Amino acid sequence: MLEIKNLHVKADGKEILRGVDLKVNAGEVHSIMGPNGSGKSTLAQVIAGRESYEITDGEVIYQGKDLLEMAPEDRARQGIFLAFQYPVEIPGVSNTYFLKAALNALRKERGEEEVDAMDFLALIKEKMKLLGMDETLISRPVNEGFSGGEKKRNEIFQMVVLEPKLAILDETDSGLDIDALKIVAAGVNSLRSPERSFIVVTHYQRMLNYIVPDAVHVLYEGRIVKSGGKELALELEEKGYTWLEDKTAAAVNS
Amino acid sequence: MIEATQTKKGTDPYLSSFAQLQKELEGKQPPWLQQIRKAAISRFSDLGFPTSRQEEWKYTEVAPIRRTLFRPAAYEPNGLPTERLTGLTFANLQCPRLVFLNGHYSAELSSLKGLPETVQVKSLAEVLEQNPDLVKPHLTQHAQYEDHPFVALNTALIQDGALVHVSKGEVIQEPIHLLFLSTAAEEVVAVHPRNLILVDSNSQVTIVESYIGLHKGVYFTNSVTEIVVAENAVVDHYKLHQESRKAFHIDTLQVHQDRSSSVRTFNATLGGELTRNEVNVVLDGEGAECNLNGLYLISGTQHVDNHTRLEHAKPHCDSREMYKGILDEKATGVFHGRIVVRPGAQKTDSKQTNNNLLLSDDALINTKPQLEIYANDVKCTHGATIGQLDPEALFYLRTRGIDRTTARSLLIYAFASQVVNRIKVDLVRTELDDYLFSWLPAGHLVREAI
Ligand SMILES: Nc1ncnc2c1ncn2[C@@H]1O[C@H](COP(=O)(O)OP(=O)(O)O)[C@@H](O)[C@H]1O
Ligand SMILES: [Mg+2]
Repeated sequence: MLEIKNLHVKADGKEILRGVDLKVNAGEVHSIMGPNGSGKSTLAQVIAGRESYEITDGEVIYQGKDLLEMAPEDRARQGIFLAFQYPVEIPGVSNTYFLKAALNALRKERGEEEVDAMDFLALIKEKMKLLGMDETLISRPVNEGFSGGEKKRNEIFQMVVLEPKLAILDETDSGLDIDALKIVAAGVNSLRSPERSFIVVTHYQRMLNYIVPDAVHVLYEGRIVKSGGKELALELEEKGYTWLEDKTAAAVNS
Repeated sequence: MIEATQTKKGTDPYLSSFAQLQKELEGKQPPWLQQIRKAAISRFSDLGFPTSRQEEWKYTEVAPIRRTLFRPAAYEPNGLPTERLTGLTFANLQCPRLVFLNGHYSAELSSLKGLPETVQVKSLAEVLEQNPDLVKPHLTQHAQYEDHPFVALNTALIQDGALVHVSKGEVIQEPIHLLFLSTAAEEVVAVHPRNLILVDSNSQVTIVESYIGLHKGVYFTNSVTEIVVAENAVVDHYKLHQESRKAFHIDTLQVHQDRSSSVRTFNATLGGELTRNEVNVVLDGEGAECNLNGLYLISGTQHVDNHTRLEHAKPHCDSREMYKGILDEKATGVFHGRIVVRPGAQKTDSKQTNNNLLLSDDALINTKPQLEIYANDVKCTHGATIGQLDPEALFYLRTRGIDRTTARSLLIYAFASQVVNRIKVDLVRTELDDYLFSWLPAGHLVREAI
């Protein structure tokens, strides 16, 4: 589904990703963990098509195509979805019409008919119920005046409506209470299928109790320094990231 | 077509127009107005055209107006088929209307069907001939021409325009449309429309004033509207400007408000090559409130200057102001919002906002608030922003599959709609929305989406 090879990324002249390799097959859930500032969001945003980053080396292949050549909207139409760590507020653009425009853009790409207003309303009502969302949120401007938790839920809500092939969740669990976390996890799990993959970026192991990953990677100072199974998350939780510092220092010195 | 052989001052042709008009009006105008005209033309002659060395005109260069030889528009108020108005933004509102063709009242195109008799809506020229005493206490008494050459010129050359008079206690439900059409194509003409709107106590009225060019001609509209709002009256005023993209448009709206009155204005500038809109409000009675709004949507080499002046002359008055500008290509703009709080005007509450969206690197805006406060217990705030489309928002929309052009259009529409939504008259809001949808590159998609 997705293959990242030796990816180097700079922002404002500073190297942030320093040779990332990652392979995600269809149907798999990969978790990326790492301390603040290690480059997790940069990786997520580069996959989604953020243009302000400079790709200095490496490649990203998605479903056999060169992803880095594609505009963000084309990536979305090919099935990529990013749940933002910090969802953007868009005053004056209502959630409903934003999401309807998005859904229709994807349907058009898939050669499907546009949804009519009635079907769309039925669809979003069903999905909002699934995520325990307040129905009044849908007529409000995108994320404007939403609480932190409401914003995160709104990202997952968009995801379940748009049904991507590869979803990247950037710290969607941060700042959520346990009930909200369970709801978000249920939303993700409802989409899990052999054709669909997830990259779950998280700071805490807690989320992975509900979304069980096939692989866990540790991103540290712009590189994946360790990969393993779901037990790696528990180990990180226990030992913290300082344990890695010693390891990388050792790796660099050797 | 345009003669550049004018004297530097450029006032001579207007002095000739004045002499010509005096001849035409001989014996037909009240002596008091004659006096005022004379004083005004002499003031215009002394002042000459403003230059950018004058603070009030620093960013708006009117030399192209000075250099162009405009002729008075011919008197041909009839013969334009109504069908010519179909499909034109702001020309075809379904409400009673008074129409002026190149500055002259057109009985043929006007229709006041549905208006009650408690409101007089007439051609000012007619009133000046038949019943000048009706307008004597107010005409030219509010819009000051002493320091303003264009108001002076308009005052000297008053010919026609609308008179609206709403009687005490009357609520006029339907908007009244004052439609100024220009048919200038090859002929380089100047018109000086003059409107007077008198709103008696406890009454209510909505006025829609629109200026529209039917051809792509070079012409000059120099209009002045005075609105006199008596105690506890409510006025909604819309000024919509879709002049030819080669036209010059200089306009002054002068509002005088008495105790507990309420005025809301909306100025939409879409057309014109060079535009100056002045809105001056005097809150001259306790408890009066006013709400000034504006949208300028310009591109090419268009220049729009919005000058507003809010004078809090009495205590306990509220004013709110929101102007938004969208400038593309090489368009340039000016927003100058002055708030004056007179001594003793305590408990003044005033808030001014001006937001500008620059869609190209070449577009330019000068925005400047100016507070002059001579009372100590007041609340005055202002805020101005100049920016591009939010790249974060643009990226967010695109990651959901919305293409760049549509995403940009959505964000521009959202920006404009914050002020467009303040329009209370559905007829006007719909027209402006339609215009926005046609102006935006992916407007049809935005329309579907909302
Ligand atoms: N657009 C940018 N310009 C400059 N520096 C950036 C930019 N984006 C991220 N960085 C820097 O890159 C590093 C990694 O950031 P980020 O990817 O947000 O890390 P994480 O998500 O793991 O906390 C940080 O030091 C951050 O300050
Ligand atoms: Mg991050």
